[in-house]
Amino acid sequence: MIGRDLLGIEDLTREEIELILDTSERMKEVGEREVKKVPGLRGRTIINLFFESSTRTRTSFEIAGKRLSADVINFSSSSSSLTKKESILDTARTLAAMDPDAVVVRHAVSGVPRRIADALECPVINAGDGAHEHPTQALLDLLTVRQKKGRIDGLSVAIVGDIAHSRVARSNIYGFSKLGAEVRVAGPPTMIPSDIESLGVKAFTKMRDAIDGVDVIMMLRIQTERLAGALFPSVREYSATFGLNDAKLAYAKADAIVMHPGPVNRGVELSPTIADGRPSVILDQVRNGVAVRMAVLYLLTGRAPE
Amino acid sequence: MSRILIRGGRVLDPVAGLDVQADVLIEDGRIAGLGAGLAAGKAEVIDAKGCWVAPGFVDMHVHLREPGQEYKEDIGSGGRAAVAGGFTAVACMANTSPVNDDPSVTQYILERARATSPARVYPIAAATKGLKGEVMTEMVAQRAAGAVAFSDDGKVIMDSGVMRRVLEYSKMIDVPIIVHAEDCSLVAGGVVNEGPISTKLGLPGNPNLAEAVLVSRDIMLASETGAHLHVAHVSTHEAVDLIRRAREQGIRVTAEVTPHHLALTDAATLGFDTNAKMAPPLRSQKDCEACVQGLVDGTLDCVATDHAPHAIHEKEVDFIEAPCGVLGLETAVPVTLELVRAGRLAPLAWVRAMSTNAAQILQQAGGSLSVGDVADVVVIDPEREWTYDPVKGYSKSINSPWAGARLRGRAVATIVAGRLVYDVERGVLHP
Repeated sequence: MIGRDLLGIEDLTREEIELILDTSERMKEVGEREVKKVPGLRGRTIINLFFESSTRTRTSFEIAGKRLSADVINFSSSSSSLTKKESILDTARTLAAMDPDAVVVRHAVSGVPRRIADALECPVINAGDGAHEHPTQALLDLLTVRQKKGRIDGLSVAIVGDIAHSRVARSNIYGFSKLGAEVRVAGPPTMIPSDIESLGVKAFTKMRDAIDGVDVIMMLRIQTERLAGALFPSVREYSATFGLNDAKLAYAKADAIVMHPGPVNRGVELSPTIADGRPSVILDQVRNGVAVRMAVLYLLTGRAPE
Repeated sequence: MSRILIRGGRVLDPVAGLDVQADVLIEDGRIAGLGAGLAAGKAEVIDAKGCWVAPGFVDMHVHLREPGQEYKEDIGSGGRAAVAGGFTAVACMANTSPVNDDPSVTQYILERARATSPARVYPIAAATKGLKGEVMTEMVAQRAAGAVAFSDDGKVIMDSGVMRRVLEYSKMIDVPIIVHAEDCSLVAGGVVNEGPISTKLGLPGNPNLAEAVLVSRDIMLASETGAHLHVAHVSTHEAVDLIRRAREQGIRVTAEVTPHHLALTDAATLGFDTNAKMAPPLRSQKDCEACVQGLVDGTLDCVATDHAPHAIHEKEVDFIEAPCGVLGLETAVPVTLELVRAGRLAPLAWVRAMSTNAAQILQQAGGSLSVGDVADVVVIDPEREWTYDPVKGYSKSINSPWAGARLRGRAVATIVAGRLVYDVERGVLHP
């Protein structure tokens, strides 16, 4: 995969996804050592280009790059001219002139990583674009499920919440489907995007039907401040209908796991007993995030020159 | 005054229902003769062998950006792009800076057109002050100054009461009220067609419903008032059906469709190319087919390009931030000729859609080749293949979804008021 971009799970084959997951397992071992550093990307420059602030994802990419000995530079909107509505392609050309070996892009609008990738020679990694894709999130979710369940094939996965505005949902729909899982989505009809079935999933508007007998429940974060009143009447009603609590969890398989891309609105998407309880794998997801990003950087950017 | 003989072409005149091999003689700015074997005398001869000779095309929907946004386009560059694309007249929308909501702006546009544009320019005035959808403009004074129609294009008169008054009042001067039919509350920030593609891209969708709801409302208002409603850039199968039924009921509704809505679908947005962003958005295959069918059966009267130049730096931003619109004048002929090649439109019907119907909607001369008519004429080589490079085109901007495309069919000569203003080999000749 050397030299390629990672813009979305949609573009990957099953074999490529499995290669990344297998590589991630090896990278995970690096993070468990006393000296958490290997020379894989020594002498390589990686730019984290974050047009949208995201401390968690940026930190995860930064740690991943540093554990591989790359030089990681953060370029974020608060510290650059990006807030002045600079042309995206100007930004890309400016960065290209600094000869990075990979650029990690995050933007609030779908498609920006793709446009930047079209303009840059080096690999571009999408760290989340609008409601389009968040491939490394889906990869870390797949890795987590594979570790917990031993497989993806044949599992049934329910993604619950604001599907319309979620890049995590789209990337996971592609990822789990490609690896042979059945994917269901659920949320109020105002949060289910039009023609979602065209992505190969079944849509539900009743939580109980959606999670009936599933192996994995993935709860999405609700942007309460932005959406309350527009797409759902109140946080209270949302929580009552689509929040996951012990009573609803009982509809899933007894050994079902609960995932969340974070940060959790406690008491909204997840009751605290679940967020901190046995079925939750939220911290495993975070841990796997670093390993997956190491794998992606390594596979795309390649070995350091001898 | 000059004499031009267009020799040996296939003459297409929708008004006379004429589709024959003939020569066309032009004298003193008028069509002076039409027939086989006309004598050239001292006339300049244009060899039209293998070409079609038609009344000059009329584009009733362009944005020339002057006054105020001359970095995107001006009346001269837009007029040159027009004649290079086979258009002898264009009607320019009012969303300039300042807005054309005052007769002085109409006068300014006409003065600039006389001085700089090889094509005729028909100003369309704003229907409401500042395009705000609140207070109607001085339609009588604007009409006297030269405005040919009224429109808040780009914006929408969302207040149904204001729209009713505008339609009622327009009956005094009897010119079309052109609507950009999108219910803003249903568009709700949508930037691509709502459907499988908006879901895949994760971009906010603009539903067919937005157009259908506003077209329904405006048809009811047109029916009630008896005014002439013209629906701009129809994009949905619902709107085509609504307009078809309204016309069957005798309601005064005319409509236009753009080359891009006839030729492209929302699949063109899959690479997030902002040159595929327009309002209304590119729709589904079903909508595209309905628009073609509407043009074929006459529900949609004419092709209008909605030529909308934007500077490179304005389009090189994210998909939501990018302005709507694409160039159209220099690609409309080859793009719409595909419908003729596909057997959907006869050449004569195509010329009617490109020329005659728009001239009639705007109540302007042109659209016909009868002896004595004003000599606005275009010679089209329907087979000529060429590669469109917008950088080398006449528009100041390059925002075209057909950049780099291999196209078939091109205007090879354009005559306005009896004067050859464009020749494909020599380029724009006047002014």
